[in-house]
Amino acid sequence: MPFELFMALRFLREGRMQTLLILTGVAFGVGVMIFVHALISGLQDTLIKQTLGSQAHVVVRPQEDRARSLSRDPSVSIASRIEKSSQRTPSIDAWQPILEQIEQVPGVVAAAPTVAGSAFVTEGNVSKSVALRGVDPAQFVRVINVADKIRSGEFRVHGTEAVIGAELAKDLGLGVGDKLRMVTAAGRSDIFTIRGIFDLGNKDVNQRWVFVSLRTAQTMLDLVGSISTIEVRVKQVFDAEAISVEVASRTGLVADSWMKLNQQLLIGLSSQNSSSYMIQFFVMLAVTLGIASVLVVSVVQKSREIGILKATGTSTRRVMRVFLIQGGIVGLLGAVIGSGIGTVLSLIFSSLAKNPDGSPKFPVDLNAGLFATALAVATVTGLLAAVAPARRAARLDPATVIRNG
Amino acid sequence: MADPVLRLDAVVKDYGTHILTRVLHGVDLSVQPGEFTALIGPSGSGKSTLLNMVGLLDRPTSGRVLIEALDTSTLDDDALTALRGRRLGFVFQFHHLLPEFTAQENVFLPMYSQSGWVSDEMQARAMMLLQRVGLEPQARNKATNLSGGQQQRVAIARSLVMKPPLVLADEPTGNLDTQSADQIFALLREVNEQEGTAFLIVTHDPRLAARCDRIVELVDGRIVSDRPNEARR
Repeated sequence: MPFELFMALRFLREGRMQTLLILTGVAFGVGVMIFVHALISGLQDTLIKQTLGSQAHVVVRPQEDRARSLSRDPSVSIASRIEKSSQRTPSIDAWQPILEQIEQVPGVVAAAPTVAGSAFVTEGNVSKSVALRGVDPAQFVRVINVADKIRSGEFRVHGTEAVIGAELAKDLGLGVGDKLRMVTAAGRSDIFTIRGIFDLGNKDVNQRWVFVSLRTAQTMLDLVGSISTIEVRVKQVFDAEAISVEVASRTGLVADSWMKLNQQLLIGLSSQNSSSYMIQFFVMLAVTLGIASVLVVSVVQKSREIGILKATGTSTRRVMRVFLIQGGIVGLLGAVIGSGIGTVLSLIFSSLAKNPDGSPKFPVDLNAGLFATALAVATVTGLLAAVAPARRAARLDPATVIRNG
Repeated sequence: MADPVLRLDAVVKDYGTHILTRVLHGVDLSVQPGEFTALIGPSGSGKSTLLNMVGLLDRPTSGRVLIEALDTSTLDDDALTALRGRRLGFVFQFHHLLPEFTAQENVFLPMYSQSGWVSDEMQARAMMLLQRVGLEPQARNKATNLSGGQQQRVAIARSLVMKPPLVLADEPTGNLDTQSADQIFALLREVNEQEGTAFLIVTHDPRLAARCDRIVELVDGRIVSDRPNEARR
């Protein structure tokens, strides 16, 4: 064993009370750090999963029609106000090669065509405005896994079959196998059989979305051969923005990432991160000061021993390292104990409150990366905290110590 | 004639910054290999200061300290520490053992701190030295569980672990009863005679000084007498 480690371990072992005190401080600091981090990242993870449960990571849509000037000279203005064309639903024509192009973009896992438009469903005297979504189930489930979110029935939309949200089913008093009439703005209407009822975890979506087959939606919305959007799933959700830029540049279409469509959520997550880091920073600062103060006391108490070591030929650098290693050891050991404390705290907390489906209300995200980070942070903290005591030890004059006995 | 193990050339030591207090006034001294020298003098005469200079724990204001003909004034602090560890042994009045460690560990720590790693050889040498000072059975005892005399024996074993040519002893029997003091002194003398290690012993005790080969007397920072001990001849 190296000399410095031998000395550090012995000093820590012999100063049991002090060692225990620092270890407790570090352990609780690391425990709190892990708990706060696990809780916040668990909440964020759930929030993102919930958001993306009913949303594609990237939505590709056609360019909006722009009014063209009647004059070739851009300085000549003919109209003072230009109104948007509202009659024609923008659509993507000849979409199959575009879909293939998007699927080849690195990071894209799946892409699915959708036809979207508004419609009304009527059941008896009740009429509801809905969002009609024409999809190819086999392709669409790879982007948003509706099949997994089916509460009853199945995700099947052949011919005049439809799959509706749980809220809509409740509002209309319908179940699997029941019929409903749907009318679009274009005046087309048809009667659909409900094949499944989904719950995507979003009340608005559950209330408004009605899935039908791609071809049926194209007919209902007068978009034969065209689609409204291509919905894309990516491998890493936080790469969606970069992928959307790449998709837009390759296809010439508009591509919006979920991050762009949920900026408020991202701002919320980032503020949450900032506050979490602040808490962790101050906890670790308190831990650092705790380690430093106990080690400074230890240096004062051991000044006689340090003087003897230096007088008998131990170099100043070695003496410094003895105290730095002590800081590193208590940091590392405290972090190991703290990881246990943090894990237990997190698990207790997540088991306290449960959702009706049995999942925890406050899910925690305990992963190897978090523990590795905590160990590294605490060890570095320990080392940093030991710098001042180590320098103090290095400055001790052996002649003075020996003279004073 | 071999180089002296220690040579002081006109060593001056001043303390203070604004008001200078001269503690040593150009001390010249040389110790030959195997010499057993007593350094005596009243309190405040500069004995401890001189021992600090010789022990490389402090630097002189002017003059030179040579250890085995090596001029230490040219060395930086790290080199001084290394030289001190390898070529000088220390025995202090207050024993100065590390209480957290056993007798054996205390003995081999200077070797361990020099090489950075412990070896079987080191442990064996420590045991051999403890046997030499009659403390083999207490080798695994913590330093705090030893009597004053036993602690000083451990300190002597420690001072010899690096086989230094010169051991500096500051009042080595000052804290011991007469019987223990006699035993310790006999041990120092035995090491001196058998190993040829030179000793420079600072003492107040005239009885102890009278048993050394040479007596150097320091008064007010000057050597006032440096004579062989006729009684020992």
